[in-house]
Amino acid sequence: MSEEFNLSANQLDALREIGNVGAGNSATALSQIINRRIDMNVPKVALVPLDAVPDLVGGPDTIVVGVFLRVYGKAPGNILFLLPQKSAYYLVDTLMGKNHGDTEKLDLMDESALMEIGNILAGAYLNAFFTFTNISMLPSIPALAMDMAGAILNVVLVQLGQMGDTAMVIETEFLSEDDGINGHFFLVPDPGSLETIIAAVGVE
Amino acid sequence: MPELIRVGMADYKVGKNPATLISYGLGSCIGVSLYDPQTKIGGLLHIMLPDSTQARASDNPAKFADTGFPLMLADVLKLGASQSRLVAKIAGGAQMFAFANATDVMRVGSRNAEAVKKILKENRIRLIAEDTGGTYGRTVSIDLTNGVYKVKTIDKGEKEI
Repeated sequence: MSEEFNLSANQLDALREIGNVGAGNSATALSQIINRRIDMNVPKVALVPLDAVPDLVGGPDTIVVGVFLRVYGKAPGNILFLLPQKSAYYLVDTLMGKNHGDTEKLDLMDESALMEIGNILAGAYLNAFFTFTNISMLPSIPALAMDMAGAILNVVLVQLGQMGDTAMVIETEFLSEDDGINGHFFLVPDPGSLETIIAAVGVE
Repeated sequence: MPELIRVGMADYKVGKNPATLISYGLGSCIGVSLYDPQTKIGGLLHIMLPDSTQARASDNPAKFADTGFPLMLADVLKLGASQSRLVAKIAGGAQMFAFANATDVMRVGSRNAEAVKKILKENRIRLIAEDTGGTYGRTVSIDLTNGVYKVKTIDKGEKEI
């Protein structure tokens, strides 16, 4: 069903609103941790051809840090928080109380801090998701990789590739007030999960 | 300046000297190159999944090893390459995130590599170089002037296979 899945304008709006509330929760959490205002854009909810997904974050060979979490529950899926390398270093500097520009590569402690950020963002996001849909979902422990965006997105796209040629992505961009950090938060429901989510929202 | 032809994910391109075929940011995907050193004709295929029979119907046969490879092979032969002279090089098939309880989906990289080797064997095409596995992404390119297959990574630099 996924490849011919047609959503009505109202359903797309509902998904966007879920993304909005989820990301809003996440942005608040992040903002409290780093003590800076975090802005976010209106979530993009779109059916994207698989090979176009890496372009959402600057192209397949852009170097990014990705925190990946598997989402378990009635509507399983994947969460991927992607930060361009520079943003990730800036975030680490902020978290670790270092001067901006100090971080030039990630050590284990830095990676652990970024994974924890991914964890907190995912938790905040899924909490809001639960309020909205009454679907309870739990994130796995996070995994982290720094590499080319195409390679990291592979992980998410492969699963979808088995079912169709497009990905339904709910994507939000975060921006810190000083422009040091911009991150992309992706929720990619598994094929089949979208129907569960839509049914739970009850919008036609 | 020889032409640089970009091969997207789940896509393939063929060409002849002088041209370079390139595909960016492969994770668990595999870049399969074919090259005929005499006519300097070749191709590059970027597959995502091993087996079309285990997936739902797709509009894009180049996504799978078993359906994508025959298409590329037919196209390089059409350009004038000889099947007996063709040699293959492959790279990719990484596992980007290490999970203790990796599912089949996580291990798709190694399954991709196996599927590609099997289909090369079935078509009696020699696999002369390979750089697969690991936990890192690769950008791959084949230079049709000489058949050099370049594999670029962010941590381990660039190498020719």
